Amino acid sequence: MSCCGSSPGYDDLNEVSKLVSARLAAFLRTLRDAGFRVGLAEGQDAATLMSAGYAAKPGLLRAAFKHLFSARKSDWDKFDGLFDAFWLGKRVRSRSRTVGSTPGASNPSLKGLQDPAAEQGGGQTTIDQLPSSDDAPDGRSGEGRMEGASRAENLAEVDFRKLSDPDQVAQAHEAAAQLASAMRTRLTRRDLARRHGYRLDLRRTIHRNISHGGVPISLVKRQRKDKPLRLIVLLDASGSMSMYTSLFLRFIHGVLDQFREAEAFLFHTRLAYVSDAMKERDAGRALDRLSIMAQGAGGGTKIGESLQTFNRWHASRVIHSRSCVMIVSDGYETGDAALLGREMAALHRRCRRIVWLNPMMAWEGYAPEARGIKAALPHVDLYAPANSLQSLRALEPYLAKL
Amino acid sequence: MKGRDEIAQALAASGYLADADLATAISLMQMLRRPLLLEGEAGVGKTEVAKALAKVHATELIRLQCYEGLDQSAALYEWNYQRQLLAIQAHRGTESIEDQVFSEKYLLERPLLAAIRRPQAPVLLIDEIDRADDEFEAFLLELLSDFQVSIPELGAISAVTIPHVVLTSNGTRELSDALRRRCLYHYVDYPDVDRETRIILARVAGVSPSLSLQIARMVEGVRKEELRKVPGVAETLDWAAALVGLDVRDLHDAPETVHETLVCLLKTHEDRARVTPEVTQRLLGKVA
Repeated sequence: MSCCGSSPGYDDLNEVSKLVSARLAAFLRTLRDAGFRVGLAEGQDAATLMSAGYAAKPGLLRAAFKHLFSARKSDWDKFDGLFDAFWLGKRVRSRSRTVGSTPGASNPSLKGLQDPAAEQGGGQTTIDQLPSSDDAPDGRSGEGRMEGASRAENLAEVDFRKLSDPDQVAQAHEAAAQLASAMRTRLTRRDLARRHGYRLDLRRTIHRNISHGGVPISLVKRQRKDKPLRLIVLLDASGSMSMYTSLFLRFIHGVLDQFREAEAFLFHTRLAYVSDAMKERDAGRALDRLSIMAQGAGGGTKIGESLQTFNRWHASRVIHSRSCVMIVSDGYETGDAALLGREMAALHRRCRRIVWLNPMMAWEGYAPEARGIKAALPHVDLYAPANSLQSLRALEPYLAKL
Repeated sequence: MKGRDEIAQALAASGYLADADLATAISLMQMLRRPLLLEGEAGVGKTEVAKALAKVHATELIRLQCYEGLDQSAALYEWNYQRQLLAIQAHRGTESIEDQVFSEKYLLERPLLAAIRRPQAPVLLIDEIDRADDEFEAFLLELLSDFQVSIPELGAISAVTIPHVVLTSNGTRELSDALRRRCLYHYVDYPDVDRETRIILARVAGVSPSLSLQIARMVEGVRKEELRKVPGVAETLDWAAALVGLDVRDLHDAPETVHETLVCLLKTHEDRARVTPEVTQRLLGKVA
């Protein structure tokens, strides 16, 4: 429909000199490089505009192109600079968009995230003894080792299975099951509250009563289709989080099992989509597949970049209007904290709630001082500790309200 | 087809003071036959654009307010079942009753169907599209590209005229890329002091040019404070009307009244607490 009816069309396009159309094509390429979503229809319309006399005045052409090519505020804001740089030859700062990790920071050596302290399961050798706020059912989370994000690479292979004794697994699964049942309670409660607001569905009522000769005897009421809550978990699998990773992986496995709608991502220096691997029924095999996917972790945590990848490639697919994004991370950002803030803001616009679970939060004397968490916190709806299964359980009433 | 300057003039005549960009957008809208997507903070006058556009074209404004759970029967069409039932009861035994009850007479037009069946192209305002569900967005996309509606009992209904479509969004949810691409995009920002002064002059009766300039400057100052809810143009107009009603001629004459009437601008408890009399005084000092 874009080029229909009275618009000048292709014949006039010939009048636009070949040079100009070549320049236009180059401009479209520039825009695409800068993240604009520009399709063929827009290109045709642009050519139409140029042949319709808009090309005579740069100011006019810029305004017209700006409306045509922009699709969101960020496009709108950077368009003038791009236009001036391309058509008027003004100097402008070049685009700075990078997706993925910077070379050198990621670990190419096919080694997973590994933490010597966690591997020992009981956590008997810890550097700092930091009492946890509550009596964690598993003996481990009461103690912790303060780990900062570092660029040093962890070289050993991770074996998730070793981290989990049967009790722990059972409890994590139980917590996940409770979360799922909380979702069901939420649904029934909404139904009850809306009962007297139901309207008659006459279309179905008539159809149902054909056997009564069209006399409406049994009535069909209209019920609003409820969208189930979708939970999206982004789990920090970096070195500083390693002693909690295993627990959360178990938890996520339970979540994917129980929730009708849930997605899981793992991030460290880059983002990995792990829902498919996690949907494996058998926990052990799922974790096996995961330890393969988690390879390449180690040096530092790029929360901002990972979120950027998430927003750019996954968000529109996995997030709908009743979505809760749960980020499990300690917030030690080794990349650009400002980027993290921007991406959190973008994410916040998309989803209903962002829950940030920080295992370190329950530690005595912990304050959100890390650059990353400081940048992210303004955009977080619920900031909660998650060092034990108890604290996970405390989330349940919150999710039930969504 | 009207040119850009004529549109700007016509908008001004209808009481909407557009910036130059918006006039371009509207002329493009007609030329390329694309819908216009307006984004911006709440209260910057997005809906007003559609109203003004209807005045410019001297045509009807059809408004569809989106909300979560909006479905086809509320947006497109619905059969008048009560009437159909009555007709069936009344004409029991008649042969042709079946053809009759599925005719135009028993069809209830909802905004989208109404918009494509008008003899003169109306302005179709789809307000707050971000509140509707993804499914509705996809459906809308289809309608906006074909301008044809298919009703199973009646067949396809094609558009008599193509309406001027304006969509607004507050950004509570990210819209799909497909919808964004199909639309022309315009970001509506808070007006600058000059434009806001002219808006106040045009909309509020009995306000003097000097007072409206003061009000616009003051509001600009308030917007720069770190507020949770930044006041929009509608709030500015409320405040101007309040000041005129209280017979304030000059903001500096009545600092107390100014502070008290700031309730027109500040809509949350936190914001109210943040703007103390001292802050008001400081802001007034900058107004000149």
